[in-house]
Amino acid sequence: MGFSGLIVQILNGFAEASSLFMIAAGLSIIFGVTRIVNFAHGSFFMIGAYVAYTVVERFGDPMWFWPGIIIAAVASALVGLMVELTLLRRIYRAPELTQLLATYAVMLIVQDLVLYLWGPVPLLGPRAPGLEGAVNILGRQFPTYSLFLIVAGPLTLAALWALVTRTRWGRLVRAATQDREMVSALGINQAWLFTSIFVLGAFVAGMGGALQIPREPASLEMDVHAITSAFVVVVVGGLGSLPGAFIAAILVAQVKAVCLWIGILEIGPFAISLSKFTIVVEFVVMAVVLIFRPYGLMGTRPALLRHTRNLTSSMLIAPLRARGWILAAIILVAFAIVPQLRGSFPYMPILMLEIIIMVMFATSLQLLMGPGGMHSFGHAAYFGLGAYAAAAIVGYWNLPLELALVVGVGGAVVGAIVLGWFSVRLSGVYLAMLTLAFAQIVWAVFYQFEGLAGGENGITGVWPEGLFGGRDAFYYLAVGCLIVSLAFLYRTLFSPFGYALRAARDSAIRAESIGMDVSRLQWQSFLLAASVAGIAGALYALSKGSVSPEILSASRSIEGLVMVVLGGEYAIGGGMLGAVVFVWLRDTIGYNAEYWRAVLGVITIFLLLVLPQGLASLLRFTESLKRAKE
Amino acid sequence: MTNESAPNIPATPGEYLLKVTNLSAWYGAARILFDLNFEVRRGEVVAMMGRNGAGKSTTFLSVMGILERYRGSVNFLGQDITREPSYRIAQMGLGFVPEDRRIFTELTVLENLDIGRQPPRGWPDGTAISPWTPEDLFDLFPNLAERRHMPAGRMSGGEQQMLTVARTLMGNPYLVLLDEPSEGVAPVIIEQMVSLIHTLKAAGVSILLSEQNLHFARQVSDRIYMIEKGAIVYSGTMEELLADSETSNKYLSLGAL
Repeated sequence: MGFSGLIVQILNGFAEASSLFMIAAGLSIIFGVTRIVNFAHGSFFMIGAYVAYTVVERFGDPMWFWPGIIIAAVASALVGLMVELTLLRRIYRAPELTQLLATYAVMLIVQDLVLYLWGPVPLLGPRAPGLEGAVNILGRQFPTYSLFLIVAGPLTLAALWALVTRTRWGRLVRAATQDREMVSALGINQAWLFTSIFVLGAFVAGMGGALQIPREPASLEMDVHAITSAFVVVVVGGLGSLPGAFIAAILVAQVKAVCLWIGILEIGPFAISLSKFTIVVEFVVMAVVLIFRPYGLMGTRPALLRHTRNLTSSMLIAPLRARGWILAAIILVAFAIVPQLRGSFPYMPILMLEIIIMVMFATSLQLLMGPGGMHSFGHAAYFGLGAYAAAAIVGYWNLPLELALVVGVGGAVVGAIVLGWFSVRLSGVYLAMLTLAFAQIVWAVFYQFEGLAGGENGITGVWPEGLFGGRDAFYYLAVGCLIVSLAFLYRTLFSPFGYALRAARDSAIRAESIGMDVSRLQWQSFLLAASVAGIAGALYALSKGSVSPEILSASRSIEGLVMVVLGGEYAIGGGMLGAVVFVWLRDTIGYNAEYWRAVLGVITIFLLLVLPQGLASLLRFTESLKRAKE
Repeated sequence: MTNESAPNIPATPGEYLLKVTNLSAWYGAARILFDLNFEVRRGEVVAMMGRNGAGKSTTFLSVMGILERYRGSVNFLGQDITREPSYRIAQMGLGFVPEDRRIFTELTVLENLDIGRQPPRGWPDGTAISPWTPEDLFDLFPNLAERRHMPAGRMSGGEQQMLTVARTLMGNPYLVLLDEPSEGVAPVIIEQMVSLIHTLKAAGVSILLSEQNLHFARQVSDRIYMIEKGAIVYSGTMEELLADSETSNKYLSLGAL
């Protein structure tokens, strides 16, 4: 494509940037004030698109497209209002991860709700009345509607900017973004401020969704695509900054546009398809920006808290006592006798094997989250690297299984050496997003390059032979790996290293001032966690007989987070408990319920509201109940 | 808001505005305050004195409802505010000037003042509290007047200190909790703070301030409480404390005099 092609792609990029900005703007303001990373924001975008479609459909006149945009935006805003009043209001003081999972659960529920109301088939909306045609740009046809979108983005920015800078509401928003406690101490009731911000964000996202339907059909994947891109834009722009989000939206969209324009890049004998690269380009942009500007393009370093993080007794991690050890022994025996029950429950060992693997995965993530205080959103990267390394050993080179396990650990650790080094330089949401970006990049590498590990199809025929090749032998090998891994993680937790890691979590500044190298400690914890995740991944590949890029997906990382939070991130065995319950629930519901996402969402919200400290607190609860009786 | 609480507002000067009983507070598992008892009467300027880390700021945060875990009872204008959220406490007319200032750095001086704005109030005995306007406050703090359109974060520490006081006054409080007004500001600003407190007292605003600087406190306070390791160890009038140099030397830093 020549120069005119580039111009058209760039114009397309600006149109794309406008809709990106409309999702990201609300997300950014909501985060700025309420500190909630709102996963459900993509859902508002999706609701906007579907409602706009239905408005035109019902009234049968394409002219309804224009009022439909406002109706769709209002509908999204109403859903937002409901979510804020019924759910978020209860959890503003909860740990950020609880909030995040609650909004993730909302996303799951909305997904199934939309599936129920509109069905699974993507719905292509009408063309925008009055803007159906195309204009001629340097001999190429360019849709008039896209030109309209190019203008709509900056107009939205201008309107929001005026609202934020020229009204008392806007002043309160900006003040609360900096210090909401002080705003409250000056007599402002934040409840209505939070509600109004959330409703406004949902309104703008809904409008963005409605504006999208002449360009792409309303579909069930819209929410996930929208929220992922919006996260990237918000983080690249700097959390809470509107102009930052606008610039980031343009940057991301234009880099994509240029990649599309270049198409296939030939460097010597290698041909790299940059147009396929677009699936991951936004994450590359985010990783690069975060490495050089840790708080985004226009973000500011969060104010250093004068007081150390507000410690609560629930964050203390205590060694197991007699009861705990007895419980652990019982669980172990239960794991061990499962193959003997094959006669009566043929499916049991398969489910248990998956549970064992997920327990290792979740517990290794828990080391980073609980004691480390680092919410990694990309733990699937290490799981997947371990799986691919092991699969290559057995599937490609027919080497023994034992070696595959070792190499699996090695693969994951090598990944953590590189990715962890960058990740620990950030903290909080920024760290979470960088780890997510890295995992997505790893996923894209395996997905994209056919030459490397089979591309989209992955590696198949990974059937180990030898001593542990048999069903039961392999199962016991997995149990053995589980025991070794858990013992290793437990030992780590109560070693000087484990205490130092918690010190770094609770007050990084104090830890540094007494001579601890906080980044280094955290980096090391990444390596430890990755090694266990790697062995879990290796076992997974060997048990399934194949491995595909799906193993590296963001949803696997998020599943890990759900397991840890459900179980309790500060409880010994929290990851284990969460993994057992999660895998079992998914297995039971997933195959029996049509709307399993909604069921999972409702259960998650229920557990988060009833047991904010995780399932493990249930055990403690019965303990304290007993004590109370005595 | 004002009308609801009106019947309980002290009718005459000298009655209790704030009465704190057995206040205890924790940071996480660490107990910071141990059963504090103190009160402020209408028209008084009371100083809570003690060294760094004695618990002065924690006391203020607890009274304001900002600190989450606290026990005991806090009574303001005859109402129990122990479990009230901080915005309700502020709306009732209890102003808070935090030690670390916490101005909104991105907002201009005028915008900062606007955040603190609350409707006018009056005492039930008919004493009018003329509501503070930005212009009144600019008369009190001429430096701020020149910088009214400047982002507050670009001002000097002393100017920021003035702004945080002015911002709280925009809420027309009956009583102001003034946390370490003399900390880290130039002597000339301290002089201005002294005259400010006299002005506020003359305008009918009561003040509870925390201080470790006796030289400052003696110029403005009627009474003092001495706080040490989270407990009140001494209370009396300013004259009594000044006559008792043993006590002041024991509980305040060297060179406080």
